[in-house]
Amino acid sequence: METKYDDWAVKGFAVSALFWLVVGLLVGLWIAVEMFYPKLNLTPWLSFGRLRVVHTNGLGLGFGLAGIFACSYYMLQRLTRTPLAFPGLAKFHVVLFNLAIALAALSLFAGMNTSKEYAELEWPLDLGVVIMWVVFAINVFGTLIKRQEKQMYISLWYILGMTVAVAILYILNNLEIPVSLTKSYTVYSGVNDANIQWWYGHNVVGFIFTFPILAMFYYFLPKATGLPIYSHRLSIISFWSLAFAYLWTGAHHLMLTPLPEWIQTVGLAFSIFLIAPSWGSVVNGYMTMQGNWDMMRTNYLTKFFIMGITFYGLQTIQGPTQALRTLTAFFHYTDWVIGHVHMGTMGWVTMTIAASFYYMIPKLYGREIHSVKLANVSFWIVLIGQLVYTVTMWIGGIQQGAMWKATNPDGSLTYSVLDSIAALYPYWKIRFLGGLIYFVGILIFIYNILMTMKRPTEGATEVATQAA
Amino acid sequence: MASIYQRPIAFAVTAAVVVLVGTLVTVIIPLFMPSTQPVKEYVKPYTAIELEGRDIYIREGCNNCHTQTVRPIRTEVARYGDYSKPEEFAYDRPFLWGSKRTGPDLARIGGKYPDAWHYKHMNDPRSMFAKSNMPAYGWLAKRPLDTSLSYKKTKVLGYGYTEEEVRRQIEEYRRKVTSPDYPAKKIRDQITPPELRDRLTEMDAIVAYLQKIGRDYKETQKGVVQAAAVETFEEMKNPYEGMPEAIEQGREIFQEKCSACHGPDAKGSIGPNLTDDEWKYGWSDREVFISISNGRPNGMPAWGQILSEDDIWKVIAYIRSLKI
Ligand code: HEM
Ligand code: HEM
Repeated sequence: METKYDDWAVKGFAVSALFWLVVGLLVGLWIAVEMFYPKLNLTPWLSFGRLRVVHTNGLGLGFGLAGIFACSYYMLQRLTRTPLAFPGLAKFHVVLFNLAIALAALSLFAGMNTSKEYAELEWPLDLGVVIMWVVFAINVFGTLIKRQEKQMYISLWYILGMTVAVAILYILNNLEIPVSLTKSYTVYSGVNDANIQWWYGHNVVGFIFTFPILAMFYYFLPKATGLPIYSHRLSIISFWSLAFAYLWTGAHHLMLTPLPEWIQTVGLAFSIFLIAPSWGSVVNGYMTMQGNWDMMRTNYLTKFFIMGITFYGLQTIQGPTQALRTLTAFFHYTDWVIGHVHMGTMGWVTMTIAASFYYMIPKLYGREIHSVKLANVSFWIVLIGQLVYTVTMWIGGIQQGAMWKATNPDGSLTYSVLDSIAALYPYWKIRFLGGLIYFVGILIFIYNILMTMKRPTEGATEVATQAA
Repeated sequence: MASIYQRPIAFAVTAAVVVLVGTLVTVIIPLFMPSTQPVKEYVKPYTAIELEGRDIYIREGCNNCHTQTVRPIRTEVARYGDYSKPEEFAYDRPFLWGSKRTGPDLARIGGKYPDAWHYKHMNDPRSMFAKSNMPAYGWLAKRPLDTSLSYKKTKVLGYGYTEEEVRRQIEEYRRKVTSPDYPAKKIRDQITPPELRDRLTEMDAIVAYLQKIGRDYKETQKGVVQAAAVETFEEMKNPYEGMPEAIEQGREIFQEKCSACHGPDAKGSIGPNLTDDEWKYGWSDREVFISISNGRPNGMPAWGQILSEDDIWKVIAYIRSLKI
């Protein structure tokens, strides 16, 4: 290693990610129990309506973003062969981030929330979030401008894409007029507000749960396996068509609502199209492994990445499918969608971030992973937990949708809403069990990472994990 | 010349342009199209109290479990009422359509039940539906309503009320719910601590809001439905009168659907006693059938689309069996 990298922020964000992961999952488990044991709504602060938002923000913004920033700062320096342009600013970023997330969690517990999904934070925190992204962007561009490596690798495109798109999305959807320090009203009304919100909502998934995660995939898979990405051309096509098409599709969250029909139809058409660029990356990943599939067994990280990209592939088939009018009529609003969400977040996002950490943390500390065996154990437990969770929700969602639609021969409805709630209790209980299994797997992962950070060096450096 | 993969700024600008195309077409342009912001006379802005109630709905995250759009699907219309129209949301900032239906849709909840039903239900959902998983919100009745920002809120939202008007709306609503004649007085007093009984609470506001949702649209439909339904039911007789098996089935349906309001023994609670001789809307087979099927103005829901004709007759058979 000739270049001296500034990795304080990488480590800071990595630890932050682990912390918010535990918090967010505990809240997830709590609300999962509330779904079948409502007595757990002990106080206003612990009532489902408020806690669900803490869960989604805690994991999406807290864990997800921290993991993304950690890996981005890491990749950015290695791919440019340049230390961060402003290491002090990056430290400030870590502090500001954790302050903002802590305040966000507290304010959401207190019910200060705009109700717009994944944009619930009230306006003062919105300002904090914008500043935080600007701080990140300054370092990204600063480092890129100073870079030693002429060509920008694929992962850098995805990081740049995220940075630009998040700025546009976040600002446009959060335009609001303050009434007080803790209350504001959006500038859009009714149908327009819905349209903007889901344009934003879907693209948060696109530019936070997809773009940077693909950046990790394209960087860490070749690093972990020593195999170059199969096709550069395929990467280029996938990147640009994904960036182009994503923005057209928000309306698939609003199918059959009062939104003008043409917007729904356009959203549906582009959703179907999205399969192509999404699978571009999936195929690129699979083909990279061509001739070396034995690594699934011999290189423990390979299976994390390949399982992750596989769930990404399934997710991007399921998503467009459930946008189809007949299927959305059936599945929209049901627990099926909760299954979809968690396959993406547990199977793709966390799996890939975990794999990136397993690779990156030992490198940062110049040692080997604490235990490959535990890493394998965490892989299987996380996978099983996620499958129990998602498959249960899919089946439950089918039953729910069927009960909502069932009619007697004379045309009257067969089931009341309460019948359909009562029918879901068993599924919600099994979902909790799945969540618990998953949580155990995650705790093992976290333990493994923390032990790696703690243990003194044993002389091993960069090359060590290559073979592992 | 270097490609954009070697020029970060050019790359970022290109990426911005690429993401802005879809944004422009699917969200920016629609902002200025009449189809996304239709205005109709019948849709009225929220009163200051309804708006406060709406803000509590947002604060408590009710939208995480309840949607507020009925889609044009036959069973959905049968379950909830007519499908939602774009103009109904003209005053909604933010929109509250939701994305998950853990509980029922609420787009047509306004006027479906009397206020008393909502006080009782919000306070303790499981006292009415044993299987419900909704959190209990009794504590809302223990918190005075903060109206210090009400005027400012209506001003930001452009509802066009004067400060005087907002004050009047608040005072009028306070007088309504604290009056001795308020139909929901009994249950309201029961769940409201003594020191707040003559003041407005957060519970009062959220009930006011719930009664507003979808109500403007329902007003436009009223005459139509009522008239059509009555005609269909000329000359009707209960086929299950006095049949023990049917009466037992009727009892089960009654316990599940009706007991929340009429009491477990049908002796009345929110709704009237059904075991006595006082029948406001008549007690012939036909009249009782219409009461159940079409509903009645002070909060009796229309069960016609939820219960089959047979089930309604069984319930009637059960009610009749109580009188002897
Ligand atoms: C122990 C694991 C987990 C449990 C028990 C859990 C539980 C839940 C529950 C109960 C809900 C509400 C479902 C409903 O309203 O019907 C939910 C929603 C959600 N969760 Fe999780 N969750 C877990 C892991 C995760 C992870 C790892 C992420 C993201 C990184 C995540 C992101 C979300 C999102 C985005 C939603 C909102 C879905 C929507 O609005 O459609 N969850 N979760
Ligand atoms: C081609 C890509 C995808 C398409 C077309 C797509 C499509 C959809 C559709 C149609 C819904 C709404 C379902 C409904 O409410 O009826 C949805 C919900 C969701 N999807 Fe996807 N999906 C895709 C990929 C992903 C990925 C990769 C993730 C990553 C985690 C993801 C996460 C979510 C989340 C969190 C929601 C719930 C939003 C909410 O209601 O709060 N999706 N998706």
